[in-house]
Amino acid sequence: MNLRPDLAVIAANVAPGARVLDVGCGDGALMAALRDARQVDARGLEIDSANVAACVARGLSVMQGDADTDLADYPDKSFDFAILSQTLQTTMRPDLVLDQLLRIGRKAFVSFPNFAHWRVRLSLLWGGRMPVTRLLPVAWYETPNIHHVTIDDFRALLTARGVKVEQAWFLAGDRSTSAAAANLRAEHAVFLLSR
Amino acid sequence: MTNAPPLTASHTLDLAQPLELDGGQKLDGVRIAYETVGTLNADKSNAILLFHALTMDQHVVSTHPRTGKPGWWRNSVGPGKPIDTDRFFVICANVLGGCMGSTGPASPARANVAGGQTYAMRFPVITIRDMVRAQIALLDALGIERVHAAVGGSMGGMLALSLAANFPERTRAALVIASTARHSAQNIAFHEVGRQAIMADPKWQGGNYGSGKGPENGLAVARMAAHITYLSEAGLTEKFGRRLQDRPDGTKGAKTFGFDADFQVESYLRHQGLSFTGRFDANSYLYITRAMDYFDLAEEHGGKLAEAFAGTKARFCLVSFDTDWLYPTAESRHVAHALNAAGAAVSCVELSAPYGHDSFLLDVPELDRVIAGFLNQ
Repeated sequence: MNLRPDLAVIAANVAPGARVLDVGCGDGALMAALRDARQVDARGLEIDSANVAACVARGLSVMQGDADTDLADYPDKSFDFAILSQTLQTTMRPDLVLDQLLRIGRKAFVSFPNFAHWRVRLSLLWGGRMPVTRLLPVAWYETPNIHHVTIDDFRALLTARGVKVEQAWFLAGDRSTSAAAANLRAEHAVFLLSR
Repeated sequence: MTNAPPLTASHTLDLAQPLELDGGQKLDGVRIAYETVGTLNADKSNAILLFHALTMDQHVVSTHPRTGKPGWWRNSVGPGKPIDTDRFFVICANVLGGCMGSTGPASPARANVAGGQTYAMRFPVITIRDMVRAQIALLDALGIERVHAAVGGSMGGMLALSLAANFPERTRAALVIASTARHSAQNIAFHEVGRQAIMADPKWQGGNYGSGKGPENGLAVARMAAHITYLSEAGLTEKFGRRLQDRPDGTKGAKTFGFDADFQVESYLRHQGLSFTGRFDANSYLYITRAMDYFDLAEEHGGKLAEAFAGTKARFCLVSFDTDWLYPTAESRHVAHALNAAGAAVSCVELSAPYGHDSFLLDVPELDRVIAGFLNQ
């Protein structure tokens, strides 16, 4: 199965047999890969009913719900990993969602598109309008991404919240890029976090 | 000549042992009428126990003997259907307290209760868990240790939840559609309207109407009130709006300035009420609605719903519909949260369908996908 690059990074770094909550699990591609390749006990939370139906049809256990409101229902440390892939920027309160992830999971993977990538910067600088790029293909008025975030912004939030970075990966296209100048050069970031 | 069994088969089972009831009584001579579809495999691992809703019965796919209508879930059960009878052996039994062959208030009372008469109101008040106990006895008789899944919509979902909670070793999965773990005040209130309509009908006679015409008017009103709760407001508006009936004398849709069924929705409800009386027993309606009202799975387990499912190994799937105001999505989510707290493998999804509570019986393609996907694991 061909996983999205950020999901492939996460899939490669989840311990086999772990208990995982995938928040915003979409059609369950990552969960299915984790289950099939790493015998992971995966659960999902997904807002869109068609996606939940697709997950159930794959034999996955997925709750329909909203990361902003429904994470509070999960007990403390009930999962080894909580995963939030490409969902942080769509939540109403990313900071509170981050707190919930680290309450529910012993560790958390968070991946997001970097709004400070040079293409985005150029697009805004030269075009003077909200960037519509390969990774952010939707116009400002209909994008689900209501909280655009840069890698440096995210790091600042982690510091403010006392969150520890266990590991970080930076991606440009499907290749990894170095941590140096990642805020400029990375299209995607994946963080493994703990408290 | 092939030995292939018929697609559906009707059976009855007489329980050898008395059934112990939540109310403290023991019910002797319980009979269970059930239908099976498909073939039980050699190791008896492919059974699906299907639970019917309040006014339905074991006729899942076979033609109903009283109405002549096709089985109530022919949409979803059959060869190649979401509940695939090429693969699964589907069992559906008329619930205890019902009126389609299983022991209920219209059954002849046992000698020690009242000689030669039907039970009528001497039938003990039963619970959802009692209904499940009767069907566990059926599984025992069939030699089925564990079913592949317990499946039900509406009241059937309550039975599926009750079975998963009280007999966790008897099922590997529970699929609960448009249902709840407890009856709300509003649910009880609507049922009470129905019961009072039946009991206010002089022909009810304290339940002793025998085999003659019972409280048909009361039962019809009960059905009319309940039927409204099965439909969505938008569905009713779309189907009927404020449209008026054409009169027998040919007048097109005009008010009569009387109390005939002027509005199409009135005529529809009256038809629903009347046709119900031809196929359902009024006392059964009292007993089964009572059992539903008493249903509170958390209360049975020390007040915590999560406790009801502690240690369960079964997989669960809860499906609700966005237009169902009888058992709204919040009820399914309440169950799902308890299951999550119990560490169970649970899915919960709200599907979009315009038909209200009754959506689970109608053609909702996404529901088919969820059912098939969940069961085919």
